[in-house]
Amino acid sequence: MAKALKIAIVGGGLAGLAAAMKIAEAGHEVDLISVVPVKRSHSVCAQGGINGAVNTKGEGDSPAKHLDDTVYGGDFLANQPPVKRMTDMAPEIIYLFDRMGVPFSRTREGLLDFRRFGGTLHHRTAFAGASTGQQLLYALDEQVRRWEVAGKVNKYEGWEMLSLVLDDHQVCRGLVAMELKSLDLKTFKADAVIMATGGPGLIFGKSTNSMTCTGSAVSACYQQGARYANGEFIQVHPTSIPGEDKLRLMSESARGEGGRVWVPRTDGDTRRPQDIPESERWYFLEEKYPAYGNLVTRDIATREIFQVCLEGHGVAGENQVYLDLTHIPAETLTERLGAILEIYEMFVGDDPRYVPMRIFPGVHYSMGGLWVDFEQRTNIPGLFAAGECDYSIHGANRLGANSLVSCVYGGFVAAPSAIEYATNVERENTETNGIYDDELKRQQEINDSIIKNEGAENQYKLHEEMGKWMTDNVTVVRYNDRLKATDEKLLELQERFKKISINDSNLWATQAVPHARQLWNMLQLARVITLGALNRNESRGAHYKPEFPDRNDEDWLRTTIAEYSEEAPVYSYESVDVSLVEPRKRDYSGGKARAVQVPQPGSELKPEGREAIWVKEGEKIIVGESIKD
Amino acid sequence: MNPGNAKHEKKRLENPPAKFKLRIQRRQNEGAEVYWETFELPYRRNLNVISALMEIRKDPVTADGKTTTPPVWDMSCLEQVCGICTMVIDGKVRQSCSALIDDLLIDSGSDTVTLQPMSKFPNVRDLKVDRSRMFDHLKQVNAWIELDGSYNLGPGPQLSNDTAQERYAYSRCMTCGCCLEACPQYHEDNYIGPQAIAQARLMNMHPVGKMEMEDRLNGLLGEDGITNCGNAQNCIQVCPMSIPLTRAIYDTNRDITINALFGWLKK
Repeated sequence: MAKALKIAIVGGGLAGLAAAMKIAEAGHEVDLISVVPVKRSHSVCAQGGINGAVNTKGEGDSPAKHLDDTVYGGDFLANQPPVKRMTDMAPEIIYLFDRMGVPFSRTREGLLDFRRFGGTLHHRTAFAGASTGQQLLYALDEQVRRWEVAGKVNKYEGWEMLSLVLDDHQVCRGLVAMELKSLDLKTFKADAVIMATGGPGLIFGKSTNSMTCTGSAVSACYQQGARYANGEFIQVHPTSIPGEDKLRLMSESARGEGGRVWVPRTDGDTRRPQDIPESERWYFLEEKYPAYGNLVTRDIATREIFQVCLEGHGVAGENQVYLDLTHIPAETLTERLGAILEIYEMFVGDDPRYVPMRIFPGVHYSMGGLWVDFEQRTNIPGLFAAGECDYSIHGANRLGANSLVSCVYGGFVAAPSAIEYATNVERENTETNGIYDDELKRQQEINDSIIKNEGAENQYKLHEEMGKWMTDNVTVVRYNDRLKATDEKLLELQERFKKISINDSNLWATQAVPHARQLWNMLQLARVITLGALNRNESRGAHYKPEFPDRNDEDWLRTTIAEYSEEAPVYSYESVDVSLVEPRKRDYSGGKARAVQVPQPGSELKPEGREAIWVKEGEKIIVGESIKD
Repeated sequence: MNPGNAKHEKKRLENPPAKFKLRIQRRQNEGAEVYWETFELPYRRNLNVISALMEIRKDPVTADGKTTTPPVWDMSCLEQVCGICTMVIDGKVRQSCSALIDDLLIDSGSDTVTLQPMSKFPNVRDLKVDRSRMFDHLKQVNAWIELDGSYNLGPGPQLSNDTAQERYAYSRCMTCGCCLEACPQYHEDNYIGPQAIAQARLMNMHPVGKMEMEDRLNGLLGEDGITNCGNAQNCIQVCPMSIPLTRAIYDTNRDITINALFGWLKK
């Protein structure tokens, strides 16, 4: 075997661990950098399940239908070839996790059980209770620990990536990270770097995301020249539990198992929900979408709930509707949804087996992320991305239970892709002397200036203000004047950021310095999201503008691409590869408009611009002068 | 329809105070002296310990008006599924995200909530501890299924749903460390503890994992092994995921005995 490569992976959730396992298995070495012990990554929060057309229910499901549901649900904004590759791979991924010992729920025959999820009419979602993400993450964590013991994976847990190390050809040669305990900086030399850092939910203040989901490392890549695609597509989950510190997710599986959304027909009805008779309940989703009912896609369910509350029909006149499971036997609920019902009971206090839950939409997922080609390569040679932090699979709206499969798929593609690159790259006289030290010094100076700053602003208050503006103006319903005002606000916050003081005289294990760095990076990415939304004058998937209520394929069937500049993000637009399923109007009020067009093998197209970046000659990938323009 | 009644609804503090206190054990770093600080916060019905701490860091001033450093603690998922925010709250080890101020005040009947770091792990600063040894314990018991490779080899073995559900109960362990904190036998990492034993059990219950059972059991036979269990059964009382930890210890002891008695037959 050729020499072992060193590949750095940033993020130890599903995508990062999937890639780490594949790279170690191929005989190469991994430096795995994660802000928290990898077993505590945000993937643990995924509840409902993982999609794959295994078709064990005799419903005639197939990967082609999974592909169609995914691109239709995503309102045709996703490049279709990678989606096809993912839906083809999905059954294998589920089987692999089954072999790793994930305790999936099973049928009476002892086969994998599948449940229904939003945006499909098939039972396509494998699940382990209602903590599937936790179970899948643990399985990969176990496998990667095995490689750690074998000496192939070096974990750096409690380390945060600050920036990439780029050589003078703008090729990624490693990264700089900070140990969160000591604030010590260290450079990591690597033949390739894979970003797998998840989503940026904390930009919205309160979201369903973990407190680690700042998008900070991805924003650092963007500020160093990585393209960020479709940033304006932010999924707001229809059912979350409002809280003081975060919005806790109430999984779509609650509706998959038969949960019904309703409000009292009489506004301000003060009776307890159990006492309101059937005839006086308005099941508005079932009424408007008879075929899909409570399982319409997330963007639609969210807007309907939002609208119902806006019009004053919310429970007790507040921003909440009922999500009702009480018609399902309590024992069934405990077995199939126990974990999420416990969460509700723990944080709200009522037992959802007996009392309908009160829920409201909450920011949940970013469809946008680092631009990647069909091999998970970003525009920076040597830099790859996988999982929620890349933009590639979900288009304008993600279907429930597609995130887990896309994370693993992304990791499984990024790993061989990074190995191929690192094996074949020719570095023609590229100077690396000093680049690591220079980047380290640059990052140390940023830390020093944050520590030295003594202004009157409090960074946590700035974060809260950013979150409130973003949630109020850049989520479910968007207006151009408010988007403009939000961008002005973000600029103001960037100015005020320069006047923060960290308020912590003890630098050991301080959270103030890391948070300040994250906040600055979030403010950058917030502008990408906001201005991307301002530019896109149409409505598509999760992006909805009353001033432009229709999807406009002629002008906007395009991927948004933002590139960093000091003044403001620079936008360009790339056509979408719709070579497999012809775009059609998305309408869930009847059944889905039928047009499953079975993809032809070999009909995949390459995205525009890819060849310009990845100059290939024969088997060699040449990184040099030719890529500079 | 499942009939709901008052017992399914939340019990609330009847006469909530206007303000409540958070008393926090603090320490600058592992070698430094421990000291205490008390903060006063306006009461709000839905506060949990984490949101109270978040409130303090926006304006770190103690109840007697002294400006101080923001308390340091770990948090991530805030849904009691990542395990990171575990601390000792009013003397009881648990996750701080799911500790609601309302419930704590009802339970204690006072106006003060007391926060301390876990005591059985190195204390990094304030409420933050280092539990990396728990992950090392998982290495010691080979807590994984040996795969030939991650390439496509079709589905895993057929299993009854009962077996899957039994394994699921063990597989929910989030490595929070409550069981070790509460275990009277566990000090200075002298004992591998219920968490790792339960994970060994989880793997041994799987038809493929079972093939490597002996290696896993061997990891539990050393000086820090399973014989340290004194059967106090504290672990099962504090486990936030209700994992049948004592059952895991019992079953694993049985496997060890059977293996010792009949293991030579296999040779």
